[in-house]
Amino acid sequence: MTRFLAWTAFLLGVLYFILPLIGMTEFSLKMRRGEYSFDAYRAVFGDPRFWETFSYSLTLAAATIVFGVLLVVPTAYWVRLKLPQARPIIEFITLLPLVIPAIVIVFGYIRLYNTSSILPLTGSALGTDILLTMGYATLALPYMYRAVDTGLRTIDVATLTEAAQSLGAGWFTILARIILPNVLVAVLSGAFLTLAIVIGEFTMAALLNRPAFGPFMQLLGANRAYEPPALAVIAFAITWGCMGLIQLVTRFSKHERAKV
Amino acid sequence: MAFLELSNLEKVFGTNRVVTDFTMGIEKGEFVSLLGPSGCGKTTVLRMVAGFETPTSGAIRIDGQDVTGQRTNQRAIGMMFQAYALFPNMTVADNVGFGLKVKGVPREERKDRVAEMLRLIGLPDLGSRFPFQLSGGQQQRVALARALAPRPRVLLLDEPLSALDAKVRVSLRNEIRDIQRELGITAIFVTHDQEEAMSISDRIVVMNGGIAEQVGAPFEIYNNPRTRFVAGFVGTLNMLSATVEDPAERMLTLAGQRVVLARGEIATPRGETVTLALRPEAIHLGRAEGCEVALPATVEEVHFLGSVIRIRARVAGTVVALDTFNRPDQPPPPPGSAAEISFAARDVILLAD
Repeated sequence: MTRFLAWTAFLLGVLYFILPLIGMTEFSLKMRRGEYSFDAYRAVFGDPRFWETFSYSLTLAAATIVFGVLLVVPTAYWVRLKLPQARPIIEFITLLPLVIPAIVIVFGYIRLYNTSSILPLTGSALGTDILLTMGYATLALPYMYRAVDTGLRTIDVATLTEAAQSLGAGWFTILARIILPNVLVAVLSGAFLTLAIVIGEFTMAALLNRPAFGPFMQLLGANRAYEPPALAVIAFAITWGCMGLIQLVTRFSKHERAKV
Repeated sequence: MAFLELSNLEKVFGTNRVVTDFTMGIEKGEFVSLLGPSGCGKTTVLRMVAGFETPTSGAIRIDGQDVTGQRTNQRAIGMMFQAYALFPNMTVADNVGFGLKVKGVPREERKDRVAEMLRLIGLPDLGSRFPFQLSGGQQQRVALARALAPRPRVLLLDEPLSALDAKVRVSLRNEIRDIQRELGITAIFVTHDQEEAMSISDRIVVMNGGIAEQVGAPFEIYNNPRTRFVAGFVGTLNMLSATVEDPAERMLTLAGQRVVLARGEIATPRGETVTLALRPEAIHLGRAEGCEVALPATVEEVHFLGSVIRIRARVAGTVVALDTFNRPDQPPPPPGSAAEISFAARDVILLAD
């Protein structure tokens, strides 16, 4: 009986998540009257704005990932190694972006970095891109920090650090050659989550008036019928592709199998 | 001046004084063990030598060079940890060659040295394996090779055998000692296992409460413990109370019998009580030849340990343990039976409090 209930609950859950996706995918294929076709997808891929906004978001995602890794890995490592008492504070700070809406953050940015401020980042396209990257890094912080911190939990950070120091290694060597490779899968998980967030983010990019993928999806959704679901399916495929990559990296990373 | 000089080392964590006035010199090629119970400060001393902890006061000199303020990675030390601490992302060969790579040793030279080290530890064919593919004993051998590869000035071993099973522990400790002798490297070994310390050390430092209670060769530590703690911690010891009769003549009364000690100075005045100690192997069942002191006893327990039989007998209100060799023609007395025990005055250790 318990088994039956468990399966029922599982199936209901699957239906709850799968049905809207099936419906959306089916609708995206119905652009041609009376038959299924990929016309909506063709229209999306044929639109130059799709590639422009997608490559823009991809570039910013890469920049966000690099910045996030450079910020989070040394911070999480240092907190684990030297400041374990500061962990609750750091965790609280990294959780703030989940509590504070993106619109509040971006208005704060605009107020702080407008053209009449000391650091007028919004005065140029490059400056705004930098600001947007920082904003994305803030939004991705809870995911990136948790992923890296979980990765660090699986290794004996203190002893590995001391072992490397006793062999003559300095901090940079320890981080680059010992810590980072051992939390690489965790870092990649954080990176792919960051990619997924950046690709779909709308608020910050729209309010900073940058040609990102999120505002393009919104624009398309407001004016077309079949292309938006096609775009949503594409966005889902990107996210799932990222998740698949995480799994693939874990599987092919030989020493990571030892932790399983 | 000794090769490794530790002068008046002190370490205080908050209000807790972990190491107090620790001074000793270690000669080049010497194998010294820091022995003591948990929390006695032995690991802190080792970590100060390694540079992981900064002494609150005192100085550390290696080969005449003051390294007290130096960072770990500048000290040219090698270290083995209890948890192996091999880098999981690297192969055995990469682990062993890590220190050399950091030092900037050319690839060919590094390759040769790694092969030499792997041969030294008896694992010449396992260079391409990852740490998780090795047993605990193999991992610790690799850790030894990795520590030795960059030719450190001092080898530090922080309870490296504690995580291994008994059989591997014994064989690996002998291997560590052989390799240390072969390379002539100065080594400090931290352990709480007295047998381990006694079997491989040139000298032992018995630590208690952050203080070095006694420093000496294993033979000296075992046979002439200077304090009650050392006597109790190293080996099994029977404590007996005796009354001083004539301090100048080292004459005492023990359970109504007069005992004249063969060694030690009695600073306690006449009529006062002193503590005497006897190793189980110094007490004999029955009146043995050369034993001046014989006391009546009641056998309480008999433990058959194979080649040795340990008997616990009550003597003058105190339970003492004595060891006798197993002889098939002489079965041990049953528990509850009356017996006589004897010992020689030369085997009696007078303990300072």
